[in-house]
Amino acid sequence: MKLRFIRCLLIAVLVLAGRQVAAAAPFIILASTTSTQNSGLFDHILPKFKAASGVDVRVVAVGTGAALRLARNGDADVLLVHHQPSEEAFVAAGYGVARHAVMFNDFVIIGPEADPAGVAKVKDPAAALRRIAEQGAAFVSRGDDSGTHKRELSLWAKANVDVAVHSGTWYRETGSGMGATLNTAAAMNAYTLSDRGTWLSFQNRQGLKIVLQGDQNLRNQYGVILVSPQRHGHVKFRLGQQFIDWLISGPGKTAIGGHRINGQQLFHPN
Amino acid sequence: MDEFWLAMVTAGSLIWQLDGDLWEIIGLSLRVSLTATGIAAFLALPLGALIALGRFPGRRVLIVLFNALMGLPPVVVGLVVYLMLSRSGPFGVFNLLFTPTAMVIAQVILVLPIIVSLSREILETLWQEYHEALRSLGASPGQSLFALLWDGRAMLVTALLAGFGRAVAEVGAVMIVGGNIDHVTRVMTTSITLEASKGNLALALGLGMVLLLLSLSINIAVYGFRYIGGERRLA
Repeated sequence: MKLRFIRCLLIAVLVLAGRQVAAAAPFIILASTTSTQNSGLFDHILPKFKAASGVDVRVVAVGTGAALRLARNGDADVLLVHHQPSEEAFVAAGYGVARHAVMFNDFVIIGPEADPAGVAKVKDPAAALRRIAEQGAAFVSRGDDSGTHKRELSLWAKANVDVAVHSGTWYRETGSGMGATLNTAAAMNAYTLSDRGTWLSFQNRQGLKIVLQGDQNLRNQYGVILVSPQRHGHVKFRLGQQFIDWLISGPGKTAIGGHRINGQQLFHPN
Repeated sequence: MDEFWLAMVTAGSLIWQLDGDLWEIIGLSLRVSLTATGIAAFLALPLGALIALGRFPGRRVLIVLFNALMGLPPVVVGLVVYLMLSRSGPFGVFNLLFTPTAMVIAQVILVLPIIVSLSREILETLWQEYHEALRSLGASPGQSLFALLWDGRAMLVTALLAGFGRAVAEVGAVMIVGGNIDHVTRVMTTSITLEASKGNLALALGLGMVLLLLSLSINIAVYGFRYIGGERRLA
């Protein structure tokens, strides 16, 4: 009795799995960040790569920390993230073949129109954060180990503010993606750090605007890494390398540079 | 409040246009959740009957355990299934991560305890009501079970619907093991999450209403089916 149930279950699962395999064109799994997905970049460039190569790129969009973990477990073929120190450590530990700079844009500090902490009066982002801390103005943090979160923490360190002790008071960690964090900031009329791409494509701004931008410390660099086939034998390294070569070549750069929202270019190819 | 009106309009136009992408997402949601409910029912109904009618050591423990498992957080199930199916996990070689099959597996785990517990409750009650009569008729255990299942079919269908409702509405598990990959593993709930995170609140709510309509039409279909079948327990 029991054996028959288990056998039927196995058959059902295998039939489903079989359908999946039969339907699939050649594909790779790309572990990437919410910022690139939410800004619509992949919807713009991946059809162009598919047309050129016939290869599907299946994007799993999570925070940079989670993307690195997926790739380390061998659950992705290619990694496209934005935290250079983590990327270099990933390659140095033998999980990745090599890191290539792909594109950049910048982070912006978002805040209420009224700018109660007077952030717009300074140019330096660390000084701006110190003002927010001194005023105890509400600040919403990603708190999710993403590239944006890591950058935010390094800016707080530069500002000499220990945000951990303020967590739950004026400093609020959402532990979620950029879009969800912007929704929270909009609802609380709070400050936050965002990448420009997500901000430009974000629809629910309510009373928020960019209060500080354009500083060297706010540059947001994206890197692409092929997961090492030495570490994980099943990695589709040929297709993965093909995608990376396309991204950092002429057609890939043109595709990246051509993604615009309301006439504004979101990413600049390296 | 404007968002709500906008969402109504968006939901209306989504259904009116019903483009290929939305069809695909609705289709996958249905395929994954119906398959999961089906497999779970296949395993859970006999298990529920066994616990309801059987007398064996550890039975009470099983009852409490399955009741508790009804509250399993989907995210936790997602994580466990991810660790099992990850390339670094024990079942990595099957290459099932980020496929609809992985989503079915996660939802089976979520739905199974609900159907086990509810069907156990239903069959136990019926058994108390009928076991004297069945015994006096000299029915074999198999015949008794069949009679109970047949008599309780309306309530058992409600148990299946509860399981399906859990499956089609959850987002935590399918997000992790499916990855919300466009055209591959994107379902209604992960689309809603994605649109909400883009700040497209009206579109997200609109999709939510489409999901609700979907659930409603399935329930209407089941209700109608029972009505035509002349089920006397229909209340």
